[in-house]
Amino acid sequence: MFDNLSDKLDNALHVLKGHGQITEVNVAETLKEVRRALVDADVNYKIAKEFTGTVKEKALGQNVLTALKPGQLMVKLVKDELTQLMGGEAAGIDLSGNPSVILMSGLQGSGKTTFSGKLANYLKNKKTKKPLLVACDVYRPAAINQLHVVGDQVGVEVYSDEGNQDPVSIAKAAVAHAKQNGHNVVIIDTAGRLAVDEAMMTEIANIHSAIQPNETLFVVDSMTGQDAVNTAKTFNERLNFDGVILTKLDGDTRGGAAISIKSVVNKPIKFIGTGEKMDAIDVFYPDRMADRILGM
Amino acid sequence: AGKAKVDDEVLDDLEDVLISSDVGVATTIKIIRRIEERVARDKYLGTEELNEILREEIAGLLSETDSGTGDGFTFPKDKKPYVIMVVGVNGVGKTTTIGKLAHQFKQEGKSVLLGAADTFRAAAIDQLQIWADRTQVPIVKQKMGSDPASVAFDAVQSAVKQNVDVVIIDTAGRLHNKVNLMNELTKVKRVMQKVVDDAPHEVLLVLDGSTGQNAFEQAKQFTAATEVTSLAVTKLDGTAKGGVVIGISDQFQIPVKYIGIGEGINDLQVFNKFEFVDSFFKK
Ligand SMILES: Nc1nc2c(ncn2[C@@H]2O[C@H](COP(=O)(O)OP(=O)(O)OP(=O)(O)O)[C@@H](O)[C@H]2O)c(=O)[nH]1
Ligand SMILES: Nc1nc2c(ncn2[C@@H]2O[C@H](COP(=O)(O)OP(=O)(O)OP(=O)(O)O)[C@@H](O)[C@H]2O)c(=O)[nH]1
Ligand SMILES: [K+]
Ligand SMILES: [Mg+2]
Ligand SMILES: [Mg+2]
Repeated sequence: MFDNLSDKLDNALHVLKGHGQITEVNVAETLKEVRRALVDADVNYKIAKEFTGTVKEKALGQNVLTALKPGQLMVKLVKDELTQLMGGEAAGIDLSGNPSVILMSGLQGSGKTTFSGKLANYLKNKKTKKPLLVACDVYRPAAINQLHVVGDQVGVEVYSDEGNQDPVSIAKAAVAHAKQNGHNVVIIDTAGRLAVDEAMMTEIANIHSAIQPNETLFVVDSMTGQDAVNTAKTFNERLNFDGVILTKLDGDTRGGAAISIKSVVNKPIKFIGTGEKMDAIDVFYPDRMADRILGM
Repeated sequence: AGKAKVDDEVLDDLEDVLISSDVGVATTIKIIRRIEERVARDKYLGTEELNEILREEIAGLLSETDSGTGDGFTFPKDKKPYVIMVVGVNGVGKTTTIGKLAHQFKQEGKSVLLGAADTFRAAAIDQLQIWADRTQVPIVKQKMGSDPASVAFDAVQSAVKQNVDVVIIDTAGRLHNKVNLMNELTKVKRVMQKVVDDAPHEVLLVLDGSTGQNAFEQAKQFTAATEVTSLAVTKLDGTAKGGVVIGISDQFQIPVKYIGIGEGINDLQVFNKFEFVDSFFKK
């Protein structure tokens, strides 16, 4: 769609140069292209506006218009700024607890159950942990089975209590079970829920306060559009989560939601999901994500 | 000049509403242009009239086959069993939508059979089995890991034998940029034609209502692989608006048939384009 963003900006800026009117207004015009590109990449439109405001200041400071290739310089500026925005201090997972409890949260179908399996696999193999997976989705048809299948695939025990309709008590019992059986990590899978579903949001807030997790993760589908900000904000208000997981990045989505979420809640993006298989997990690289969003 | 300023403001607000509903930049510009033309043509326009024009213009972009009056699938007498194949990327709501459709068709007095051709995802078959139990319809399934085309073939064959009205085939979620998986889908579709030569009669592409501009590419690639005939937009019970389907319906001329508004068995509605547009303006 905008593979040639840099060309476009070059053009726009050259045209302006030709007119001999190198002003703040001209830069602002050009930044409209950037904003449009960001919105096309699913960055929230308000955040895209703020972002281009920041870039504008920097562009004027760096005299973009006197550069030989002003478009390229502008793209570099944008890219660096994006990278910085999504970066920040590298954030691992808090494994200091005994056990360390990790709570998954997110919308329906975002990839929580799959990611729970991947994370268990990763912690088992890469960090020599002994995880326990916990089935706290008591609603979705076959959700418990799904977690059992996933657990079998990665060779990690799954705690479930079929018939128990209370996720809070399941979570508590699971943590006790983990302590008794030497599991040093507990990964709690929960049902998908909408941010506007008051009862379900209260439920997960209750799970959260009952087990006091070391790590609460918000799992987001990287194809999410403008609504990402609303969801992230509400989940963060209720859970004060520690990090974000971006799933389904093996697709061709630009993934602008990553910027929106980071801007709104200022929590690190910790891992990405890159496939349906249990080893399709990777740490998050802000610069790669910036390239992706800009279509480079 | 005073009046023009107000109009600009209204149009700016409108632009914000459309963009934040995931309508996308290109389609938003298209809509705004059309409205600007009408504003220029008609002498005076109040906000009321503007709203009405907006509804008309957006409705105009949605596929002509969208009646907007509330028709779901209909089943011609000479197409029995009526074969519906359901496709889409991962986690959008295919299996759930199938459960709801089965329920709706049964309510209409049709006999329904489900085919569990997602043989890949963990417990996908169990999930569809639960929906089959809930709706009390038969299901044709094989073991996890078996050939999805073979399951689809069996399902359509059973439907013929049992003289069933409608058969709905669930397929595994797959990202549209995975060539092998998209080829597999084409094969699933083709195999059913060995039993019923014009099957599937519908290829329903399910789109997650919270998806942004990537839905365009989904529509494009699934259409290339399976000739999608209709769309369902799910999860519209949240704050996401699903506006990307306007551009999709416009560009590919595929009608939106259903919307999903919850996880329950009754949470499926026939698409109504005017209600859809109105939902953008509700807080
Ligand atoms: N391609 C791809 N598919 C993924 C990825 N992560 C999850 N999925 C798929 O997305 C779909 C939904 O994943 P789940 O793990 O069931 O999602 P969930 O959030 O647990 O869903 P609910 O429990 O219904 O809310 C499944 O088909 C997964 O295989 C990923 O990184 N890439
Ligand atoms: N709130 C809401 N949730 C929905 C709706 N439709 C489906 N879901 C939920 O979304 C999640 C995924 O639904 P599925 O039907 O498993 O999606 P799928 O497309 O079959 O997923 P895969 O087979 O893994 O690709 C489940 O938790 C469903 O309950 C809807 O209209 N509203
Ligand atoms: K999704
Ligand atoms: Mg789940
Ligand atoms: Mg499914």
